[in-house]
Amino acid sequence: MAESHIATEHAASHPALQHHFENMEQQREAGALGMWVFLVTEIMFFGGMFLAYTLYRTKFPLEFASASNHLSLAMGTINTGVLIFSSFTMAFAVYSAQTGKQRAQVVSLVLTILLGLTFLGIKAVEYYDKYRDSLIPGRLFPGRPFNPAGVHLLPGADPRHVEMFYWIYFAMTGMHAVHMIIGVGVLSVITFFAARGRYGPEYHNPVEITGLYWHFVDIIWIFLFPLLYLLGRHLEHGG
Amino acid sequence: MKAFETFETPSAARVNYINAEYGLKSWLLTRDHKRIALLYLGSISFFFFIGGLYAMFIRLELLTPQGDLLASTTYNKVFTQHGIIMIFFFLIPSIPATLGNFLVPLMIGAKDLAFPRINLLSWYIYLLGGIITIYALLAGGVDTGWTFYAPYSTTFSNSYVIAAGLGIFVSGFSSILTGLNFIVTIHTMRAPGMTWFRLPLFIWAHYATSLVMILGTPVVAITILLLAFERVAHVGIFDPAAGGDPVLFQHLFWFYSHPAVYIMVLPSMGVVSELIANFSRKNIFGYKFVAFSSLAIAVFGFLVWGHHLFVASQSVYAGMIFSFLSFAVAIPSAIKVFNWTATLYKGSISYDTPMLYALGFIGLFTVGGMTGLFLAALAVDVHVSDTYFIVAHFHYIMVGGALFGYLGGLHYWWPKISGRMYPEGWGRFSALVIFVGFNLTFLPQFVAGYLGMPRRYHAYPPEFQVFNVLSSAGASILGVGFLIPMIYLVWSMRYGKLAEANPWHLPGLEWRTASPPPTENFLATPVVTWEAYEFAPVEEMRVIGKFRDEEV
Repeated sequence: MAESHIATEHAASHPALQHHFENMEQQREAGALGMWVFLVTEIMFFGGMFLAYTLYRTKFPLEFASASNHLSLAMGTINTGVLIFSSFTMAFAVYSAQTGKQRAQVVSLVLTILLGLTFLGIKAVEYYDKYRDSLIPGRLFPGRPFNPAGVHLLPGADPRHVEMFYWIYFAMTGMHAVHMIIGVGVLSVITFFAARGRYGPEYHNPVEITGLYWHFVDIIWIFLFPLLYLLGRHLEHGG
Repeated sequence: MKAFETFETPSAARVNYINAEYGLKSWLLTRDHKRIALLYLGSISFFFFIGGLYAMFIRLELLTPQGDLLASTTYNKVFTQHGIIMIFFFLIPSIPATLGNFLVPLMIGAKDLAFPRINLLSWYIYLLGGIITIYALLAGGVDTGWTFYAPYSTTFSNSYVIAAGLGIFVSGFSSILTGLNFIVTIHTMRAPGMTWFRLPLFIWAHYATSLVMILGTPVVAITILLLAFERVAHVGIFDPAAGGDPVLFQHLFWFYSHPAVYIMVLPSMGVVSELIANFSRKNIFGYKFVAFSSLAIAVFGFLVWGHHLFVASQSVYAGMIFSFLSFAVAIPSAIKVFNWTATLYKGSISYDTPMLYALGFIGLFTVGGMTGLFLAALAVDVHVSDTYFIVAHFHYIMVGGALFGYLGGLHYWWPKISGRMYPEGWGRFSALVIFVGFNLTFLPQFVAGYLGMPRRYHAYPPEFQVFNVLSSAGASILGVGFLIPMIYLVWSMRYGKLAEANPWHLPGLEWRTASPPPTENFLATPVVTWEAYEFAPVEEMRVIGKFRDEEV
């Protein structure tokens, strides 16, 4: 029979259903898979820098440890806590969207944005400290060329290679910060629509995939923190 | 029964994706994958033309042993820009962004790609990258070679490295988005009954290509970004003077740029699988082997980059492993060639233009692949490193392979894309011209290279002149060969014979909708009840869905 070759057209069941999808389930699945694939590309993107880090840390272990000890452990630790807490609020926002808790959803999205901004603020203070100590690599600021004099060198460390650590530090945390800024931007849009009641139990994939992205950016930091801040602390304190 | 029209339906007055809307805005803001494919087709043809102009200057300069036409610094820029334009702005997007964009949804029975807006965005990103690169060319050019090796590129080159690098960085994201879109579409948008093993091999090849795109491209993006920072801020991550490691750059660069060769050739292999099966009117021999060999090439392709570093201070043990792995890639490639050949056996072969390109592909790809094995052998590679042997080898893969597949596919699906037939006689004639011109251009380069002619110099010892004259003569034939299809394809859009829905009488899903297809591809979701390449008697093959003007 000819007609048996044709599937029934699904009536558009939800205003958010785009024309080329059959149903909400297919649309949700495509969105989630798309974000996962995107995160794979992000892993490869950061992977190049992790490789460079591994290589130069192996090549210049004492210089890396010395430079690392000059970073602010307190601010790094606080920022780690801030991000982990923001992951919790993000997860709670997704949960609230799924269960239709409108007020909790908006509140936890706003909290996530505020925590993201807190992280960026603390990061900015840290960057400023590096600028003050002339630890911005290269000659970006002609008035303050890189000068490792302020870094307490471990015995045997070569001051000429301290710059490599700061270069990688700024490349990695800078790229992470760019992702945080994008994340805060996307979250602001999501919050705007959430406040107008767009997301609920039937339709919440934008909240969900933004959450995936946010958690990913947090996980990157979870790797950056020990690699950059906790390096060779015991050497400094005679351990 | 009205739901089924036979493929004899005339397509002149019908509403289709081309005449559904008019005006510049309807094209520049379209989300229809078919229109975006045409936008890409126009822009990559433009870049192919620019890249071809540079090739012309290279061949003109090399006509005589003296460096007389171009100064050495100009020549450095010309071959660099030929490489950058052809690789990043023509070959990488060529088949995926045009034929892939057009056909992936049609072949799996979807209305569009999963993310139509991202698809359009990818074209704008490509265009932005192209504009930045053209700015670099006009402002003064770039002379590092398309490989951007440090520390020359980071410290010593006095050309527009940052702008050119930025152009490539930006255009890389269009490639990533295309790959992402394909993967999600193939996973989630297949029509009912379109199982994984009913997918046309073109789809398998695009799936494998997309994997390479999403895994490789981000790495070259960060590499070029670091390189640009290094130039701007005068810090040394790759510059040995500052403690950096130039070999790290080579590792990171080739981690993408070797797999990039598979981004160019895998889709082409997908096209050739379609052509060989369909123009032999036979089920492909060893469907699963051909399908999985695409994935195997994609995976192995990531493990062989070190064969570009045999003479770059890589450890000899790493060299041995990379040599072995490079040999291993030959296995899935050979599986394809043998299966295509076996498909031809006892097939009812017709020599239409697309098939001529497909047969040309098999021969030329085999030559390119076999010479690749010479290069994968450690000792031989030392002898031919940086000679014209390499140049000949990769042109056999990129032009004889990738470009032949692209042209074959373009002719094959032209009736579907444009709704018109191309002139068959001219098609066959230009395929022949291109085949002859191509071999005359690049076969002598194998010899010149093996005898020791280095690449990337504007002057060379006089004993190599005979090979270069042959090569330049071949290049002019090749150039004419490329111009002919450019002219008659444009001509046929207006004056060509109207195409039927299924001019080749084939079973694939894309042939069961009208030519050109309606904006929604299929007016009702098709249900697939047949295997790929299942050649039923012609009268049983039907077009699926109604046409809009017949509904009203």
